[in-house]
Amino acid sequence: MSDEIKDIDEHSGVETTGHSWDGIKELNNPLPRWWLYIFYGSIVWAVVYMVLMPALPALPGMSTNTPGIRRHSDRAEVMKAVGELEEQRAASSAVLLEASLEEIETDRGLQQFALAMGESLFGDNCATCHGAGGRGAKGYPSLADDVWLWDGTLDGIEYTLRHGIRHEGDFDTRFSAMPAFGRDGLLQNSQINDLTQYVLNYSGRADDPAAVARAETLYQQQCALCHTPSGTGDRTLGAPNLTDAEWIFGDSEDDIYNSIYNARNAHMPAWDDRLSDASIKAVAVYVHTLGGGE
Amino acid sequence: MSDVGKVTLDLHTGQRGGSPPTPPPPQDLYAKREQIYPKLAHGNFRMVKWLVMAGTLAIYYLLPWIRWERGEGIPDQAVLADFQSEKFYFFFIELWPQDIHFLAGLLILAALALFLVTSLLGRVWCGYTCPQTVWTDLYIWVERAFEGDRAARMRLDKQSWGINKAWRKLGKHTVWLIIAFWTGGAFILYWHDAPTVARGWFTGEAPLSAYWFAGLLTLTTYFLAGWMREQVCTYLCPWPRIQAALTDEHALNVTYRYDRGEPRGPKRKDQSWDERGDCIDCDQCVQVCPAGIDIRDGSQLECIHCALCIDACDQMMKRIDRPTGLIAYDTEVAVAARAAGHTPPKYRIIRARTMLYAFLIVGIGALMIYGLGSRATIEANVLKDRSPPFVRLSDGDIQNGYALKLVNKASEPRTMTLAISGVDGASFKVIGFEHEGAAPLDLPVEAFGVDRYRIIVTAPHGAPRQDLIFTVTDTVTGESDANRSSFRSPEQ
Repeated sequence: MSDEIKDIDEHSGVETTGHSWDGIKELNNPLPRWWLYIFYGSIVWAVVYMVLMPALPALPGMSTNTPGIRRHSDRAEVMKAVGELEEQRAASSAVLLEASLEEIETDRGLQQFALAMGESLFGDNCATCHGAGGRGAKGYPSLADDVWLWDGTLDGIEYTLRHGIRHEGDFDTRFSAMPAFGRDGLLQNSQINDLTQYVLNYSGRADDPAAVARAETLYQQQCALCHTPSGTGDRTLGAPNLTDAEWIFGDSEDDIYNSIYNARNAHMPAWDDRLSDASIKAVAVYVHTLGGGE
Repeated sequence: MSDVGKVTLDLHTGQRGGSPPTPPPPQDLYAKREQIYPKLAHGNFRMVKWLVMAGTLAIYYLLPWIRWERGEGIPDQAVLADFQSEKFYFFFIELWPQDIHFLAGLLILAALALFLVTSLLGRVWCGYTCPQTVWTDLYIWVERAFEGDRAARMRLDKQSWGINKAWRKLGKHTVWLIIAFWTGGAFILYWHDAPTVARGWFTGEAPLSAYWFAGLLTLTTYFLAGWMREQVCTYLCPWPRIQAALTDEHALNVTYRYDRGEPRGPKRKDQSWDERGDCIDCDQCVQVCPAGIDIRDGSQLECIHCALCIDACDQMMKRIDRPTGLIAYDTEVAVAARAAGHTPPKYRIIRARTMLYAFLIVGIGALMIYGLGSRATIEANVLKDRSPPFVRLSDGDIQNGYALKLVNKASEPRTMTLAISGVDGASFKVIGFEHEGAAPLDLPVEAFGVDRYRIIVTAPHGAPRQDLIFTVTDTVTGESDANRSSFRSPEQ
């Protein structure tokens, strides 16, 4: 079939595309007018849009993308919106700054505002590690229970938020360093095994009484300074209580052995320069109300 | 291209064949809309329709302006859907988001009322009160004012463009747009304080949504009532399809009484009425029809039962001195009985289906009135923390966190006593309050508002998972509400 001769469908009288698939041919109907005009309109609009808005990426010889007549910038819009939001909240934030943490928690209006604000800030910044609602995860302490490594009071929580834990570059950060007894060769593996039994014994789970007895002296020499002779821990040093049911890094024999061998020394960033003062106060109140606040 | 395997399907005979002897002419399956020029009818039903139009339009345009005193700080608009404060006001009824089931009830009642009316009187809703009918009628009235009645309008549309045609068309569309804008403008009054938003609309202070919806309703009114008209009823509206299942041969419908009308035809001078039907084929019923149909073809999907053909036919019957009612509200059974020479059965209001609908309407209506009357003015909603589901404290106790929302629908602040029950040995504390143990605690609740409290419940070590019930009691009236939540623990 030659290209010049049109193949006309005998039923509809419409030209076909000339292709045949198992005898089925496609009609070459013209595009609907409404569709065509919208298509042309879109082309015109695209030109208008390219003139008005940032459109083309940096071309050779240009330092940046075409800015467009309207000089629109999404980043500037966001910054403007953030500015407007802060302006809107300025009054409430000012009240938060004025009030003490206790006042914020007991005043009905302030509490509602701080909890709403704190919840969203916590979700954005803290829940990644501490989990939704501060439920905690292995290696990241739960904030909803009554076990606190450092301090569970309102002021203590605020301090932790501001300065972080073992945060480099903040002189006021909460700091302590447990030696990596195994990795640094301070103790033999057998000694660490004995100490593991000793720690398990606090929760009545030791299965080698001889090892517990052997480790007594070792514990009092190496561990008691921070964890106290009776194993109840010391909050001023962030040394966890070894006698309770809460194990941040796991309660199995392997986990405890690992903790002694490598030491844990977890980090939390300081939020002082990342969040505003009002935001930190709101988060402190929120964390304090999760269930374990002191 | 090869012809191997080529099979064509004959659209007309449905038979396959190599090459049909004579290809049938192309068949166009698309029917173009024909402009309908309804003629003005005169008569009782036309008058009823004018009155219903005036009444329904008045309600729509004026309702939001009615004030209703409710008290300090509460909007005084009689009918208002207040999205900002999440309340719906209807005269003496104030609905909270918690009462949304009343809205569902209202819609069910409306549907049942429509069913009942349809089984009694056919599509009176379509014919008289449907907004599409009312606004189309109004727009045709405007059209008639500018372009004249049916014949004049048809002539005008055939004319070539000139000053006369231009100003008439321009005037018509301008008035249409003004009405459309007024309609869209009135719509937004239902969602905001009417005087404030009306003023703000013109000073640029109204919310963006107000402009958006006013614009949208302006456009839909203009296009649906001006341009689409009967096509909305025929193609867009589901009701004509549904009503076919709801009306029956016992319902009163606008009906051509073929038993009396046939055989039809122009009457010759020498003919006696005894030897022919009463229908003289004057076409008046067709000319006044806004749906552009012939009622003599029987009950049809397009027919909105506006009864204008009754008026047109009655007028003609009087002129030729025959009894009126050749087209009338009648039932199918009656017409069929008369055509067969029997006495038509009496119209029965009491039938199984009408009784069922009426019974349902009364039942649901009574339920709703009872529900509204006995609606609690306090409500306790408890949301359990989903994360963490439970917390084990250092001494082995189990702790769960809850958010308690106290709703106070009264217009004065109240104090409510909170108590918990259902979990043995459980104690609770409310954040921000000095309280330990299990003793009930008084909580303040603001007037006409919702207060949120965070509650921490602690149960002794080993407490199983079980239901926990929060009860709040008004310290003055003793009105109380309880909400059941669950206490989760590692034990099953």
